[in-house]
Amino acid sequence: MAVLVYAETQANKIKKASLECVFYGNKIAEILGTECIALVLGSASDAGDLGIYGASRVIQVSDSSLDAFDSSVHSDVVVQVADQVSADTVILAHSSTGKSLIGRLAAKMKAGSVSGVVGLPNVDNGFTVDKSVFSGKAIASYLIKSDKRVLSLSGNSFKPEAIGAAVAVESTDVTIPASTVKVLEVKREEGIVPLPEAELVVSAGRGMKGPENWGIIEDLATVLGATTACSRPVADIGWRPHHEHVGQTGVAIKPNLYIAAGISGAIQHLAGVNNSKVIVVINKDPEAPFFKAADYGVEGDLFDVVPKLTAALKEYKSSI
Amino acid sequence: MKILVCITKTPETTAKIAFTDGNKEFNKDGVQYIMNPYDEWYALVRALELKEANGGTVTVLNVGDSSNDIIIRKGLALGADDAVRIDTDALSAYQTAAQISAYASDKSYDLIFLGKESIDYNGSEVGGLLAEMLSLPYVSYVSHLEVSGGVSTVSRDIEGGVEVSEVSGPFVLSAAKGLAEQRIANMKGIMMSKRKPLTVVPPADVENPVEVVSYTLPEGKSGVKMIAPDDMQELVRLLHEEAKVI
Repeated sequence: MAVLVYAETQANKIKKASLECVFYGNKIAEILGTECIALVLGSASDAGDLGIYGASRVIQVSDSSLDAFDSSVHSDVVVQVADQVSADTVILAHSSTGKSLIGRLAAKMKAGSVSGVVGLPNVDNGFTVDKSVFSGKAIASYLIKSDKRVLSLSGNSFKPEAIGAAVAVESTDVTIPASTVKVLEVKREEGIVPLPEAELVVSAGRGMKGPENWGIIEDLATVLGATTACSRPVADIGWRPHHEHVGQTGVAIKPNLYIAAGISGAIQHLAGVNNSKVIVVINKDPEAPFFKAADYGVEGDLFDVVPKLTAALKEYKSSI
Repeated sequence: MKILVCITKTPETTAKIAFTDGNKEFNKDGVQYIMNPYDEWYALVRALELKEANGGTVTVLNVGDSSNDIIIRKGLALGADDAVRIDTDALSAYQTAAQISAYASDKSYDLIFLGKESIDYNGSEVGGLLAEMLSLPYVSYVSHLEVSGGVSTVSRDIEGGVEVSEVSGPFVLSAAKGLAEQRIANMKGIMMSKRKPLTVVPPADVENPVEVVSYTLPEGKSGVKMIAPDDMQELVRLLHEEAKVI
C-alpha cells in the first residue's frame, strides 16, 4: 500500500499547490507506515525536486498529450499508476484540476473521497479527516469506510518544508486513452499569482466609489506582492473583472493575509474569506460587520488610509 | 435537447450554523432552505435558455425526502418541464451520484447540469462521480457554454483564467458564476409548476463509503485590534512581528 500524490504542472513546472500535497502525502504515508510516491503527468523539468518535499519516488509520464487537461484521460492514467504501485490513498490539490478529478477517481477506484481537507487524518478508529464546510462556517470530520480513499488538499493548509533530497525521476508504461474534451485555448493572466494560490490578498469594495480609483489598491498590492480581489457588487457592476470576486459565489480563498478596504463584510463575502489566517479591515463605518471578523481594524477613510499603509510598507520593505 | 439538471437543497446563505446531538448532527431548527444557488442561478437557467433556443425538455432531479418538494417546485416554476425526486436522503457525494446515475443511465440525456458545488458541504465531487459512473465527458466550473449541432464550446474557470474546450455529444458539466443570469419565478410559472409532473422514484441499492462523524465550529477571532488611521507604521509592525504574515 502506498500514498500516491498527483502533482500538477503549469508551464513545465510543478505547481506550488502540489508541493503542499507532496509534503502532506509524506505525513500521511508516515501515519500509515508506507511510502509517498508522486506522479507527474506531462511536461515538467523539475519533477525530481518533489523528493525534497517528501516523495520517496517520483514517476513521470512525459507524454505531451497530457499537457492538455481532460478529467477522463487524466483520471484513467492516475488509476493505472495507482494500481501499478498498489496505492490505496490518492492525494490531489483542491484546485480546478483536483476538483475535476476527485469524483472520477473516487468512482473508478470505488473509493470514499473527501474534498478540500484541511488537516492530517486520524487513524485511531478507521480513517477520519477534517474539511471546512458551510462555506467556512464549520469543520466536519469525515470517516472514510472504504479500503481506498481520495483526498483533495485545501491550498495554504500546509507549508511545504524541505525534508528530503531530489530523486531520480522514473518512467512507467501506461495506456493513454483518447480524449473526450478537446482544449482549444487557455487564457491566463500572466505574472500574477492566481487568487486561490495567493498568500497575500488586497481586496476592495463599493467604498472605492468607482473603478477609476483602483490605483491605490493596485499600488498597495504591488508593494506587498499581493493579488488583488474584490467584493461581489463591484464585480457585478463591472468595476472589476469577475475572476477577482471573492465570496460565497465567487472564489473562496485562504491566504495568510487578507486586507479588505471599503467592504462592509456581508455574510456572503465572509463565507469566501473567513479562512484567511489574518484579516485587516479598513472601513470608515465603525459599525461595518467585517470588523467583527477581523484581526486588525482601521476605522478611517480608505482614500487616506490605503496610501499611508502603502507608504509604511514601502518604508518597511526598504529597511529589510 | 433532452437536459437533466441536478438540484440540491442547502441552508440559505445567512443561516445560523449550529450542531446538535453532541455535535454529530446539523441543527435544522429555524433554518430556511433554498435551492443551492449554483444549481438554480447558473445550471438551471442556462439549461432553460438552451431549451428556449433549441427546443427540448428540461428535467430537474433531486435526491431527498418530500420536504425537498418545495425546492423542486421552484425549479418547475422557473421553467423546468418535469421533475424527479429519488426518495432517499443524500448522504455523501458518492451515494448521491450513484443514485442519480442509476436513474439517468438509460435516459439518454444530451446534457447533465449541476452547480459547481453545494454551499453547505462545498464538495465539488458529484459531477465527476456522475460523469464517471455514466461514462460521459465532464467539464467543471463552466462559466460559458454554447451548443451548436451537437458540439459544445465551454469555458472552464481555472486559477487565474479560463480554459476553452470543445466537447462532442452528451456530457456532464458543473456550473459556475457567469454561465447565466439569475431568474425570478413569475406568477404564471408558479401557478403552472403545481400542475407539472413530479415523479418520485425509489432509491437504488448503492454504497455510501463516507460519513460525517462530528462537526466543530472554527475558533472565533479573539477580537479586533484597532489601529489609528494615521499610524500605519504600527499596523505594518504588527503584521510583521505579531501576525508574522509579512
